[in-house]
Amino acid sequence: MESNNIGVLMTCPMNSHLEQELEKRFKLLRLWTVRDRSKFLAAHRNSIHADVGNCSVCANAELIEALPKLEIVASFSVGFDKIDLAKSKEKGIGVTHTPDVLTDDVADMAIGLILMVLRKFCESDRFVRSGKWKKGTFMLTTKFTGKRVGIIGLGRVGMAVAKRVEAFSCPIGYYSRTEKPEIKYKYYSSVVKLAANSDILVVICPLTEETRHIINREVIDALGPKGVLINIGRGLHVDEPELVSALVEGRLGGAGLDVFEHEPEVPEELFGLDNVVLLPHVGSGTVETRRDMADLVIANLEVHFLKRPLLTPVV
Amino acid sequence: MAVESQSHPSQNHLPYVLILNKPPPAFLIFGDHFYNSPKFHFLKAYESPLPLPQFLLAHAQSVRAILSSGSAPVTADTIRLLPHLRLVVTTSQGLNHIDLAECRRRGIAVAGAGNIYSPDCADSVVGLLIDVLRKISAANCFVKQGLWPSQGDYPLGFKLGGKRVGIVGLGSIGSEVAKRLEAFGCSISYNSRNKKPLVPYPFYPNVVELAANCDVLVISCALTDETHHLINKEVLSALGKDGVIVNIARGSIIDEKELVRCLVEGEIRGAGLDVFEHEPDVPVELFALDNVVMSPHNAVFTRESLEELRKIVVGNLEAFFANEPLLTPVCLDDQPHFSG
Repeated sequence: MESNNIGVLMTCPMNSHLEQELEKRFKLLRLWTVRDRSKFLAAHRNSIHADVGNCSVCANAELIEALPKLEIVASFSVGFDKIDLAKSKEKGIGVTHTPDVLTDDVADMAIGLILMVLRKFCESDRFVRSGKWKKGTFMLTTKFTGKRVGIIGLGRVGMAVAKRVEAFSCPIGYYSRTEKPEIKYKYYSSVVKLAANSDILVVICPLTEETRHIINREVIDALGPKGVLINIGRGLHVDEPELVSALVEGRLGGAGLDVFEHEPEVPEELFGLDNVVLLPHVGSGTVETRRDMADLVIANLEVHFLKRPLLTPVV
Repeated sequence: MAVESQSHPSQNHLPYVLILNKPPPAFLIFGDHFYNSPKFHFLKAYESPLPLPQFLLAHAQSVRAILSSGSAPVTADTIRLLPHLRLVVTTSQGLNHIDLAECRRRGIAVAGAGNIYSPDCADSVVGLLIDVLRKISAANCFVKQGLWPSQGDYPLGFKLGGKRVGIVGLGSIGSEVAKRLEAFGCSISYNSRNKKPLVPYPFYPNVVELAANCDVLVISCALTDETHHLINKEVLSALGKDGVIVNIARGSIIDEKELVRCLVEGEIRGAGLDVFEHEPDVPVELFALDNVVMSPHNAVFTRESLEELRKIVVGNLEAFFANEPLLTPVCLDDQPHFSG
């Protein structure tokens, strides 16, 4: 099968370097550019052999069913919550993601968010730009060094966050599905207990049925009016309405959020809060890393069509 | 009963500590009781209608100690008017506002903030750096203005991991910066007055060479005659168009006009600045740039650091009046000069 005839479906715009490279090698079909998606998929059902998606749109059951020739789903993300893994397995479809290449950037962003919330750089930058510095002093902020950090999920990114946090002399606790005896950090058997013993709680576990709304009212209350929540996982990890009311009512000390339940919609009640930092899902958003992610997607597709083992299959 | 006035010692003979013509920042934040102690009183020149020299003349006999902060310099002229002055305690990290040579000549001890500010200053460097590279403040504004749904993805930032960081001044703050940035996968090199034999990082004998070999330049040295405008056109040019500079030390260490020109013309990638040459005035050209993050000289102003500072200031003054050793004495033999 000649490469240029292999149809690759791209679900949404995600990276122009990736698009260009896909176009060079395959017959690229851009799902977001068509008005009638079902008609489009029906028309191309026999030529689409690969699907490239991301954390917004990837491969749900409906899409998989619509593409009988689909052989591989390559996600431009490390998370795979937008892929129906059971259906993929049933159909013998390979699934790949982009672990490791984005670990550092996402971990850096977690620390960035902690510092932004505690030390209020966003607000102080606005303070200077508005000319207010000439008339008064900025408010006091809160020290980061030495604060207790709790990490939910001690996978690649969780460990990278822990390594950075250690350099700030912060005691570290964690919650994970199972305790990791080789890890020196303190294990807590419940998220509520972890929250009660943390000043800063970082969410960085995979999104599954069990971890949906893992941050609920009880956890938020345990974290408390001086506690800070950092979410660099998925919006659905957090019961968003509960989080919003806790922040608005001052029952939670602050939050740094890179993800939301209904991106790009973000609860407007948070816009006016100076103890909340909001980012448009940019955890892996650097020139270098997005390029590495794109190259990994391309490499996985290439080895698949050469009938070689996938480089970074979802396990 | 005689009315107690500031010109005579109080009835219980508590000594006086002089505060010059500006209150310390902590007074503005917490109130003027912040450094209170049962062991001494404060003489507040800033509350007097008298010009400073006259105030000093009026109280010359009672003053053995001064509590200074960066905004109220302790000049040779001030020192000469206070023949009994034996101690200057400063609330700031920097010492450039004190005539250290005059203190040394007269055997006046100086006590500083010690290392209490180092973690917060280092945290500020990391925060400013991540903010500049990853555009966090700008992206936060973008979301809070409701632009994400309509304008789509935010422009990409730049990776911190693997960047070569050059630290100018590897003292307590510089060392804390190095420790933190190493955990992010950065490599560290430095320039300092002297090479430090026990330090594992590569040393560069001059700042131009350091800048030419790094992607991020961190300024954490003292302001002295030698370091005034140390970061000049040549250094910024060596740093180059992918380079970022972070300054939490003193504004005048950088040639600010040249820095602004480089930023406006894209000759360096960005800057994180807590200090400026003429605070609180900031060059307006910077306001239009989204590759610059600014803070109002508040790298040390956390609740926790100010509480530490309170203990050190009160502790130093109480120790002095009890003829006990100072908590955080500054060694004057070693200090470079700053003529201001």
